[in-house]
Amino acid sequence: MKSFEYTVKDELGIHARPAGLLVKEAKKFQSECTITKGDKTKKLTQLMMLMSLGVKQGDTVTVSAEGADEDTAIAELKAFFENNL
Amino acid sequence: MQSYQGKSVYKGIAMGPVVVLKKNDYQVKRTRIEDPEAEIKRVDEALEKSKEQLQKLYDKAVQEVGEASAAIFEVHQMMLEDDDYLEAIQNTIRTEQINAEYAVAATGDNFAEMFASMDDDYMKARSADIKDISERLVRNLSGQDDADLSSIEPSIIVADDLSPSETVQMDKDKILAFVTVHGSTNSHTAILARMMNIPALIGVDMDLEEIHTGMEAVVDGFQGTVIFEPDETVKAQTTEKMAEEAEKLRLLQELKGKENVTLDGHKINIYANIGSVGDIGYVMENDAGGIGLFRSEFLYLGRNDFPTEEEQFQAYKQAVQMMAGKKVIIRTLDIGADKQVDYFNLGNEDNPAMGYRAIRICLKQPEIFKTQLRALLRAAVYGNLSIMYPMITSTEEVKKIYEIVAEVEEELKAQEIQYKIPEQGIMIETPAAAIISDRLAEMVDFFSIGTNDLTQYTLAIDRQNEKLDEFYNPHHEALLRMIRMVVDNAHKCGKWAGICGELGADTTLTEEFVRMGLDELSVAPSMVLKLRKIVREMKVEE
Repeated sequence: MKSFEYTVKDELGIHARPAGLLVKEAKKFQSECTITKGDKTKKLTQLMMLMSLGVKQGDTVTVSAEGADEDTAIAELKAFFENNL
Repeated sequence: MQSYQGKSVYKGIAMGPVVVLKKNDYQVKRTRIEDPEAEIKRVDEALEKSKEQLQKLYDKAVQEVGEASAAIFEVHQMMLEDDDYLEAIQNTIRTEQINAEYAVAATGDNFAEMFASMDDDYMKARSADIKDISERLVRNLSGQDDADLSSIEPSIIVADDLSPSETVQMDKDKILAFVTVHGSTNSHTAILARMMNIPALIGVDMDLEEIHTGMEAVVDGFQGTVIFEPDETVKAQTTEKMAEEAEKLRLLQELKGKENVTLDGHKINIYANIGSVGDIGYVMENDAGGIGLFRSEFLYLGRNDFPTEEEQFQAYKQAVQMMAGKKVIIRTLDIGADKQVDYFNLGNEDNPAMGYRAIRICLKQPEIFKTQLRALLRAAVYGNLSIMYPMITSTEEVKKIYEIVAEVEEELKAQEIQYKIPEQGIMIETPAAAIISDRLAEMVDFFSIGTNDLTQYTLAIDRQNEKLDEFYNPHHEALLRMIRMVVDNAHKCGKWAGICGELGADTTLTEEFVRMGLDELSVAPSMVLKLRKIVREMKVEE
């Protein structure tokens, strides 16, 4: 399993649109991708659950990927967070 | 007339017929079904149809309000593909053996509830999105089309709440305003209304049972009010306001960001007069080059005791920061005369206009003056602040003021508090000051002519006395000569001179003022662009 930590800079946090794009991104990989905030972990492919985490600006989340393409997945997800959130 | 208050999300005014949109309560019936898989297949079909509709709405919204605001319909499509949402619908159908419509409605309610209970206004507003997509699915399941909102006359739309898709579907040219009982400023409907430049009020506590399609209404987005069945007076006022707004918009489109320069290249600064920090929005809206008169009385009026240094400092600092480098001329305390404050204990005077007021109070009670000066000197560090002293009649007064400023400076220095000595000027509003303006110009950085008092003192006419209206001539030659003299005297010493009284906004004099060489006119925010227009269309040399 690979993972990284990220602190959200976007003013609105992981709001509707980036959440939607993030789900699209995560669905590209075979690996199971998850996001953890505090003690809650959700799959990155679950849009509404992801939104329900209510990740705000300044929150630190952990993103993990586990599976055959986990290296690529983590690299691309990291790039996604840095560019969009 | 019925009048209601709401939260305005777009400032604008509208008047016209009302269309009340009642949510079709798709009384979603719960029925037992025999073949769950067939129901799930119906959901899949409705899903495809919904996605197609959303794609169309997205395309329409991109054209009308731009990609960023249209993104909501992309998100709606994604929500419709959400595995948890779809699985919940399927599970409900399978385990409870019930019809697709009911399963969708129940699942939508559950998810909407989850968002509604979140501790975050933005996320709370998302529950409306979930309701919107669920209702769309149910409509498609039951073979109903989207409510047709495209064929109405130009109207004020009144509803309990509006979903983003309802909002964007409507023909923009036919919506005069939105008025809803619910909704939040974060909702996409509010955002769309702003993007579409349509007056919108939300959170209006009205009873929809009492409001009917065909009624007339007036929506005032500036006041946050809606009035149903307005009387003739309200209607006339509204028509006037709308004309003013239209004129303002037209001027803005034509003149915003343009210089105040004559056809033959002479420039003049056009600033705004304001009475509180809250007015700065109007200054920006009207594209004024700065604030030429910030009346500091607002800090003193309507309270029981003197404002503290810190309160004043914060207000001045906020003003200069908001104006971001543009000039902010703050006039020191001008209490007395027609502005009375109990805690100053000024007592009654027979002739208050010529009485104990303004700088006279400050010089007799320097402790009041010093508090304000400390706050001003401290705030000057944060932007382009100038101080202006009112009611000056002599050079001695200016000397006395500078002594007090020097004392304040010493104190601040000793306390190691950050400060700056800003530009300091005086108001020329007494004939005495105008006549000795050559001497005063050597002492100060600028003059601002207060024409209201200067007129009443020069013509010996009480402004408050209606009987004297026929004698009151603001264009009196004595006054215009004085203004010219003051400007010339300022320029001889390399100082600048402006006008901050009502005469500055007199459009019949604007050309003359520019020719006199006035460096600045400070007027009500709403007049800024009107003056700019005159300046840009005139020539100094004829």
